[in-house]
Amino acid sequence: MLSQESLKQIDREIAKYPAEQKQSAVMAALAIAQMEQGWLSTETMAEVANHLGMAPMAVYEVASFYNMYDLAPVGKYKITVCTNLPCALSGGVHAADYLKQKLGVGFNETTPDGRFTLKEGECMGACGDAPVMLVNNVRMCSFMQPEQIDRLLGECK
Amino acid sequence: MGALGFILDAAEGERSWRLAEYVRRGGYTALKKIINENIPPENIVAELKKSSLRGRGGAGFPTGLKWSFMPRQFPGAKYVVCNSDEGEPGTFKDRDILRWNPHMVIEGMIIAGYAMGCARGYNYIHGEIWDIYKRFEEALEEARAAQLLGDNILGSGFSFELQAHHGYGAYICGEETALLESIEGKKGQPRFKPPFPASFGLYGKPTTINNTETFASVPWIINEGGDKFLELGKPNNGGTKLFSVSGHVNRPGNFEVSMGTPFPELLAMAGGMRDGRKLKGVIPGGSSAPVLPTEIIMECTLDYDSIAKAGSMLGSGAVIVMDETTCMVKALERLSYFYFEESCGQCTPCREGTGWLYRVVHRIEHGEGRPEDLDLLNSVTENIMGRTICALGDAAAMPVRGFLKHFKAEFEYHIQNRKCLVPEDVQRAGSGFFKVA
Repeated sequence: MLSQESLKQIDREIAKYPAEQKQSAVMAALAIAQMEQGWLSTETMAEVANHLGMAPMAVYEVASFYNMYDLAPVGKYKITVCTNLPCALSGGVHAADYLKQKLGVGFNETTPDGRFTLKEGECMGACGDAPVMLVNNVRMCSFMQPEQIDRLLGECK
Repeated sequence: MGALGFILDAAEGERSWRLAEYVRRGGYTALKKIINENIPPENIVAELKKSSLRGRGGAGFPTGLKWSFMPRQFPGAKYVVCNSDEGEPGTFKDRDILRWNPHMVIEGMIIAGYAMGCARGYNYIHGEIWDIYKRFEEALEEARAAQLLGDNILGSGFSFELQAHHGYGAYICGEETALLESIEGKKGQPRFKPPFPASFGLYGKPTTINNTETFASVPWIINEGGDKFLELGKPNNGGTKLFSVSGHVNRPGNFEVSMGTPFPELLAMAGGMRDGRKLKGVIPGGSSAPVLPTEIIMECTLDYDSIAKAGSMLGSGAVIVMDETTCMVKALERLSYFYFEESCGQCTPCREGTGWLYRVVHRIEHGEGRPEDLDLLNSVTENIMGRTICALGDAAAMPVRGFLKHFKAEFEYHIQNRKCLVPEDVQRAGSGFFKVA
């Protein structure tokens, strides 16, 4: 069950759109739900569907289409590394390799202690700051050389 | 505001994005001028046409013309939408505009609403830039509190409400009709056109979609006049433009220069080549634009017409610089993977074709290429281009053609020798990542 606080946030999103277009808030609602629960279970998506008056299938379609939704549990810290060409030219792939070695996991894997999940990301629109990584979809980290990566991992308790 | 660099250079420092700072720089004077002088909407559109402002999102469509397509007498809701879903590899200008100067975009959108008779607008912001989205929401609150947004703006009788919509990781939503589907709460799959958004857009209502930088250019044009904007650039290519420079340069970043600036000047602004290495090729307009080798790009000026004449496109102004440490096969492999990953799956030529392109380039890169593969790649691109609903198919095919046109020998070397022309350790040194370790 989503918390009252999350439902309140979702209602604020619904208010952004014309009254008969509640479905427009589905992306934000799923993001809010994921932030609270860590990932999107079928039950969570059904609750979002119910709240917005949508068919559960329509909500699932959205959740499975956009890359930043997690339809399976992830670690406490999900680190997404951009390896696209502009980032790769400035070390994006090497930064991902460094993370894999440090964490002992590959892409789409979670460390045994459940702390980190590593993901390969597509362009985040921050190519000038490469290497770039995103923590839990909200915190963008720029210019991630080995030293900065070590510091980031240390901060993620 | 200075004549040059009015979008970014005027706004620096952590507080520059605040309403008070924007007003101090002369912000919202364009909106006030329109309201105080009761300027008719058609005059605003005429001024934009005079300015030769062309869409900054990549297509370069004349903005004034686009605004004139909106049915002025249409009863009921009409929408203005800003496309800040910036996800074309190499492009990172809209993030900086929204970070340092969000009110300039808001003012541009209000003016657009006034000029086209729209009462509502949305700014669709790229999923990965959460902090920028939150900041934009805060800027909207400031504007509402100052009566610049909402009912009866500054007592003019004109009402306009603006909201931010946060994306969640889909490159295709940068395509304008996919973006509309996404705001409607669906998968971001492009619509067949026609009908165009000006007649059937958001919720089926007339809608105009412009890029962030396009809206940010509007207040200046109203304040200073279309002619002056045109003079900043060159004929048919008005104004200044933000160029995002990434890759093998010493100082990657955004640079706002006049349209028509010679490419070597931009390269120098970005600090020149990293560690003084030799330039190999440049993708001048985001990942979809065909790559140009050194001898061609060094002769180009940065405007829609010059880059088009050289066989590529200015696109969103995303300049990806590659030096001699780059393996061009690996570079193309990564781009092809991107389009394969981001194809929405709606049209067969794109859904299947992007997979083919990626798999064939992948096998060449990994020493399993066949002599007939280069012809195969060309044939796949022919079967994609012009056969899909949106431009993602073409965007996937054009880089393949560009790399094969200008760096064919490197692909042939890969196929014959089953390895890179550029040694692995040279490639590894190129990224600059391991210098600290």
